[in-house]
Amino acid sequence: MMHWIILPIVLPAMVAPFIVLAARYHITIQRVFSLTAVIAQVALALGLAVQAADGTVTLYQLGDWAAPFGIVLVADRLSTMMVVLTAVLAFFVLLYAIGSKWDERGRHFHALYQFQLMGIMGAFLTGDLFNLFVFFEVLLIASYGLMIHAGGNARLRAGTQYVLFNLIGSTLFLFALGAIYAETGSLNMADLAQRVALVDVGQTVGIRVAAVLLLLVFAIKAAVVPLHFWLPSSYAEAPAPVAALFAIMTKVGAYAIIRVYTLIFPPQLEATAGLHGTWLPVAALVSLAVGMVGVLAARHLDRLVAFAVIGSMGMVMIAISLFTPAGMSAALYYIVHSTLSAAALFLIVDLVRDSRADLSLTAQPPVAGAPLTAGLFFVAAIAMVGLPPLSGFVGKLLVLDATWSSPWMVWAWALILGSSLIALVGFARAGSMVFWKANGVVQDSAESDVGAPTRPAPPSALSYVAVSGLLVLLVMHTVLAGPITAYTGAIAQQLFAPDAYLSKVLDTPGKLSTPQEGEH
Amino acid sequence: MEFLVASAIGLLTASGLYLTLRMRTFPVIMGISLLTYAVNIFLFASGRLVVGAPPILSDGVTTYTDPLPQALVLTAIVISFGMTAVVVMIALGAYLGGKDDRVDDPVPGDASGKSSQAEDMA
Repeated sequence: MMHWIILPIVLPAMVAPFIVLAARYHITIQRVFSLTAVIAQVALALGLAVQAADGTVTLYQLGDWAAPFGIVLVADRLSTMMVVLTAVLAFFVLLYAIGSKWDERGRHFHALYQFQLMGIMGAFLTGDLFNLFVFFEVLLIASYGLMIHAGGNARLRAGTQYVLFNLIGSTLFLFALGAIYAETGSLNMADLAQRVALVDVGQTVGIRVAAVLLLLVFAIKAAVVPLHFWLPSSYAEAPAPVAALFAIMTKVGAYAIIRVYTLIFPPQLEATAGLHGTWLPVAALVSLAVGMVGVLAARHLDRLVAFAVIGSMGMVMIAISLFTPAGMSAALYYIVHSTLSAAALFLIVDLVRDSRADLSLTAQPPVAGAPLTAGLFFVAAIAMVGLPPLSGFVGKLLVLDATWSSPWMVWAWALILGSSLIALVGFARAGSMVFWKANGVVQDSAESDVGAPTRPAPPSALSYVAVSGLLVLLVMHTVLAGPITAYTGAIAQQLFAPDAYLSKVLDTPGKLSTPQEGEH
Repeated sequence: MEFLVASAIGLLTASGLYLTLRMRTFPVIMGISLLTYAVNIFLFASGRLVVGAPPILSDGVTTYTDPLPQALVLTAIVISFGMTAVVVMIALGAYLGGKDDRVDDPVPGDASGKSSQAEDMA
């Protein structure tokens, strides 16, 4: 049995306590270990992805117990792609946290960061619904610590909202799991896929309730309207590197929706018929509209980016809600794009933050290092809005193309194109207000107050390296769009033909399948 | 017994929801605690209610109770306990720092009204 599927989870789980216990007062040692662990994580993730690329599903039985009795980890194309995305994002965000010295502004940043990665990796790799809940809690409790890192009133208040909202989400998740267990007697995803299909059509009340509850839980994570209220203030108040890492957290919700609603409750399932086509597209379209109108209405740069995240999740959900291979392929392409561009934007906002009184969209003296920062903002905004030539444009084209045969096609096209225009106006206004009009302000203030405080130093080179790295990845995501969409197409194919996944999980022998039961 | 358990879950959930909607940190945390109690009982009942039966399958035992929900409930209790501790600390920090225990976003430009309200409460 291959043991290294579990390494992306075990590695941060070992590094984090080491950082807390052995390197508590040595920020340099913490940084070295944290960075080394994340680099190893990237290598591991790439290894797993290469292994899964040809369509093999790799299984890891914890404690050697056979599914459905034991907990299993499963690495297929979708899981490993998300693991790679997480690891790469974590690397650049960690570089930024070190470069901008955010990790020095409070205790235990690196330990919490590793625990967060452990939770996210676990959520992507697990093949058991209750285990998914446990890993959700691991990533949430680490994110609570990261969210209020460096303290401050506004952050604590936003943190309280964030924690309470997620606690309610966790409670709903447990209700859903209880209902599923009561109806089917299993929580292993592959086993559930077979059992749910066998549920008598006349007795589907419980399973339908469970399916809707689960969808609600994942929609909270994915910040789909009307369950998005936690996101703007949480992401805006969180420390910048944390907000950038949180860009993957909404994708955990999207991943869970993709996994559960293609494997356990597939669209052709009679018991949950109508759930996929009725509610998800509407919620997704409204998310897109609300997000992009929020971009236009935001008065602060950080809120603007947070609403852009909601809008881009709307795009992802529109593509997912088609539940066709083409739609899923477009969704996966857009998930990568949206994660990278949102993270880059959050980091760029932080480059601006320190040399301005606040982040409101008013003309203030130019920020330190303005030319470079403005250039980076320009590139990231183009990507997020979806203008050519960057990957946002390619992603939107793919989504538009996938909606051709959908009954929602007219709405999708109108809202995607219209919201792009609105977002374009919002970002253009923000950029010109923060970076261009600033040049007019400095001449006034130079005459009026001579004794103005000295301007803060421009952000460190490492910060710029981290942000540029994310943008270079976006450019590569655009240039290599052909091979990448071919691969996301392959992922979608695997998702809609889950037989290999099911037989791998359920037919692999483990402890229980050996005939030794009843001997003790 | 089924009626008793079901109505207990319903009552706890209803009270929890009501308190959660009060939008002040203390009632909200109390409400979420009640909700987690409700979900714990619900999980426990999801393996069917059996009285006086062992939670293991062994030779000679014909009726047994499902052990898995008990393990699930244990996990859920531990997690919700930890989460409640975390949210109490964060909410306390927010209250002591901001002199305000409202959960929702402050209304912009309402700073004066809010501080006087906080003084009234103190």
